[in-house]
Amino acid sequence: MSQSVATPHVAPVARSGGRAKFLIGGLLIVGAIIYLIATTLQSTAQYFYTVDEIQAKGSSLVGKNLRASGAVLGDTIAFDSSTLTVSFVMANVSNDAQDIEAAGGLAEALHDAAADPDAGRIKVVYVGPTPDLLKDEAQAIVTGKIGEDGVFYADELLLKCPTRYEEQVPAQAQGN
Amino acid sequence: MIANLGYFSLLVALASSAYATVMAVLSVRRRQPAWLASAHNAALLTWPLITLASLCLIYLLVTEQYEIEYVAHVSSRAMPTYLKVTALWGGQAGSLLFWGWLMASFAGLAMLRKWDRDRVLMPYVIAVTMITLGFFLGLVVFVENPFARIWQLPSGENVIAMLQPAGTVQYIPPDGQGLNPLLRHPGMIIHPPMLYLGFVSFAIPYAFAMAALITRRADDAWIRTTRRWTLVGWLFLSLGLILGGRWAYDVLGWGGYWGWDPVENAAFMPWLTSTAFLHSVMIQEKRGMLKKWNMVLIILTYALVIFGTFLTRSGVLSSVHAFAQSAIGPAFFTFIGLTFIASLTLLFREWDHLRSESQLDSLLSRESAFLLNNLLFMGIAASVFWGTVFPMISELATGQKISVGPPFYNRVAGPQFAALVLLMGVAPLVAWRKASARQLGRMMLVPFAAAVVLVVALAATGMRSWGALLGFGISAFVALTTLIEFGRGTRARMKTSQENAFTALFTLMARNRRRYGGYIIHLGVVLMTIGVVGTNFFQQETQGRLRLGEQLTLGRYVMTYDGLDEFVTDDDRQVARATVSVYRDARLITQLHPRRDFYFASSQPMTIPGVRSSIEDDLYVLLVDWEPIASNGATFKLYVNPLVNWIWVGGLVFILGTLVAAWPDAEERRRVVVAAGVRVGS
Repeated sequence: MSQSVATPHVAPVARSGGRAKFLIGGLLIVGAIIYLIATTLQSTAQYFYTVDEIQAKGSSLVGKNLRASGAVLGDTIAFDSSTLTVSFVMANVSNDAQDIEAAGGLAEALHDAAADPDAGRIKVVYVGPTPDLLKDEAQAIVTGKIGEDGVFYADELLLKCPTRYEEQVPAQAQGN
Repeated sequence: MIANLGYFSLLVALASSAYATVMAVLSVRRRQPAWLASAHNAALLTWPLITLASLCLIYLLVTEQYEIEYVAHVSSRAMPTYLKVTALWGGQAGSLLFWGWLMASFAGLAMLRKWDRDRVLMPYVIAVTMITLGFFLGLVVFVENPFARIWQLPSGENVIAMLQPAGTVQYIPPDGQGLNPLLRHPGMIIHPPMLYLGFVSFAIPYAFAMAALITRRADDAWIRTTRRWTLVGWLFLSLGLILGGRWAYDVLGWGGYWGWDPVENAAFMPWLTSTAFLHSVMIQEKRGMLKKWNMVLIILTYALVIFGTFLTRSGVLSSVHAFAQSAIGPAFFTFIGLTFIASLTLLFREWDHLRSESQLDSLLSRESAFLLNNLLFMGIAASVFWGTVFPMISELATGQKISVGPPFYNRVAGPQFAALVLLMGVAPLVAWRKASARQLGRMMLVPFAAAVVLVVALAATGMRSWGALLGFGISAFVALTTLIEFGRGTRARMKTSQENAFTALFTLMARNRRRYGGYIIHLGVVLMTIGVVGTNFFQQETQGRLRLGEQLTLGRYVMTYDGLDEFVTDDDRQVARATVSVYRDARLITQLHPRRDFYFASSQPMTIPGVRSSIEDDLYVLLVDWEPIASNGATFKLYVNPLVNWIWVGGLVFILGTLVAAWPDAEERRRVVVAAGVRVGS
C-alpha cells in the first residue's frame, strides 16, 4: 500500500511527448486492425447468387467468391477417376424461401427446375471424391469461382436430398 | 387455471417492477426515504412472482397440458421428465421467462446485500435492474406469452391467445412436437442457463455503474462493489462458451467445436469486452486511470449482452425479413438503442469528473501492456461484430446476400489472438510505471530460448506450417514464463517464511487469489491455444463408402466396417447404429458406434459421432449414409483431430483459475477496509 505514492508533478513536456507516443502507437494498431478487417472481408466475402443471376451478370463475377445452389441434372454427372474430377450441370432454383414454399417444398422446386428446359443452367466442376448424394434432382450448394469459360469451379460441394428427410441442421453443421 | 395463475403473476411482477422503478427515482427527487423502502420491497417481490410463474410453466410441461401452445411446441409425451422441466428454456417464450427469472434473482441478491456504505446508489440500482427486468417481462406478457392457449376457429384455423376469442373452441393437440433433438444433450441442457447466467450477471455491475454516474459518485466504489459480480458473470459466460463448444463437437457431427456461427458470436462478444474490462479494472484500482474507458467497457458489455439475446431470439439471423415480421425484434432493437444512448449521455455528462489520477510514464510498463491487451480484445470484438452484422447490413442496404464464414474470422481474429497470447506471457513480467528493458530481457531469456529450441525441433521433425510453429512456440514461451512466476513467488516465500515448497506455493496463492488465479487462467488459455492450433492446422479428414468388412485409412488409423443395426427406441427414435473397428499401427484399439438417430415427432435426424479420444488426438467417425441392405454399403466420414482434448483440459484449468480468483477471501476484505481507512485518514 505504502509504495503507491502518487506523483502529481511530471514535466509538461514529458507528458505531452508521452501522450503523443501512446496515441501514435494506438492509432497504428487500430489502423492495422481495420486494414486487416477490410482486406480480409474483401477476399473472403461470399456472394449468394442463383444460376440465373450468375448468367445475367456474366464476366463481372469472375474472380469473386460465390456461393450458388441449383438442382443437379442426373444424366450430366461425369467422373474422371484419373484426375478425381466431378462435373455436372445444375439448373436454376429460386433462393427465395417464399417461392420454394409456393412450389410445394424444396423437393418439388428441385424437381420442377430439373424438368424445366428453359431454366438457366450452369456447368460445375469439382475436384474430389464423388459425394454419395450427388444424384438427379439433389440440391447442390457450391462455393467457388466462375472461370472465364463460364464454368463454376467449386472448392466446396454440398448436397442435400430433400427426399430422404427434410433436413434442418444448424448453419454451422453445414459449414464444412 | 394454472396457466392463468402463471400469467397473472407475470402481470403483477411487471406492475411491481414498474412501480419499483418509479418509486425509487421519486424517492430521491421528492426526498422520501420511505418510498425507497417501498421500491426496495417491490423489487424483491418480483422474484417470488416470477418464480411462481416459472413453476406454473414447469407444472404445465410436466403434466402434458398441450392446450398451451408453448407446451405443445417444445415437449411431447415421450420425453423423460427432466427434459420436460428443461424445456422451460427450450423455446422462445420460455427462455425469455427464464431470463427474467434469473434477472429477478440477481436483482434480489443485489437488493439483499449490505448497503451501508453506498446507500445513495440504491435507488438507481433498483431503477436500472427493474427497467431491464421490466423489458423482459413486457416481452413475455405482451409479445411472447408462454401461457397462451390454442383456440380453433370454425374454419379450422388455429389462434393463439390467452383468453378465448369469440367464436372459437379450445383445441388440445393429442401430443406435443417435442424438444428439438439437437437440444437433448446434457451439454445443451446446461449450456443456455450458463450463458444466460453470464449474460444476466453483467446487468448488476452495469446497474451500479449507471447509479454511480447518475449520483455523480463515479469513483472506484462501484468497481470494488461489483468485482465479484463481474467475475461470477464472466465465469458463467466462459463455462457457457466451453460447454457450447463441447456440445457442437459431440452432437453437430461436423468434426469441429467452434464454427463462428452468429449464435456463438453473440455469446463471444460480451465475453471479449468483459475480459477487457476485468483487465483494465486493475489499472483503475492500482493507478486511478482509465475510468472513462472502464465505463465504456461495462456499457458495451451490457449492450452486447442484450444484443446477444436479440441475435439469438429475434429471427434476424435467418433473414432480415423474418426480423421485420416478428414483434420481438424491433422491441429489442429499440431497447438496446435507448439504453445505449442513455448510458453514453450519462457518461458524457460526467466526462470531466472521471479524470485520471496519474498518467502513463513509459511505453514499456505494465500500464501500456494492459492498454495493448484492451486494444486487442476490442479489435477482436470489433472484427467479430462486423463479421456478424455485415451480412444483415449488406442485405438491407443492397438486397444482395453476402456471407462471411470461418475463413474471415480465422484470418482476422487469428493474428490478434496470437498477439494477445504472446502478451499474456510478457505482461506479467513488466513492472508498473516504468520497466527496464534489460531486466525484462533477462527474465524472458530462458523461456524464449526454450521456445526457440522447441520450434527448431518441431521444424526438424518436418512441421512446415509457419502458423503452427509460431502458435506452438508462443504457447511454450507463455507456459514457461507463467510457471516461472509461480516458481519465483514460491522461492521468495520459502526464503522469507521458512516454509516447504508445497506450503509456500499454497500460501502464496491463497494470499494473492486474484493474481495467481489469473495466472492459472492464463495457463488454461495456453492449453486451449495448443488444442486450437493442433485442430486448425493438422485436422485430417477422409470419407468413403464401405461394404461390410472393407476398410478406410486415415493417418495412423485404419477403420473397418463390421455391421449396422437399425431399430426403433421407446422414445420414438429410429436409430441406425454402425459398428466399426479401429486399428492403430495395425493393432486393434477399440470398437466405435457412430449413429444416426431419426426423431419421428420432429422428423429430424441427428448424427452422433463415434469418437476414440486420447491426449494425442481424436478419431471422430460419422455415419453419413447407408444402403437399405446394410451389408451392401455404408458411407463414413472420418476426422483425425490432433490435440483436441487439450481444449477441454485447458477449459477445466481455465474454470478452476476463475474459481480461485473469484473465491471470497478474508484477506481481501480486510485490505479493502484498511484501504478505505487510509483514504479517509489522508
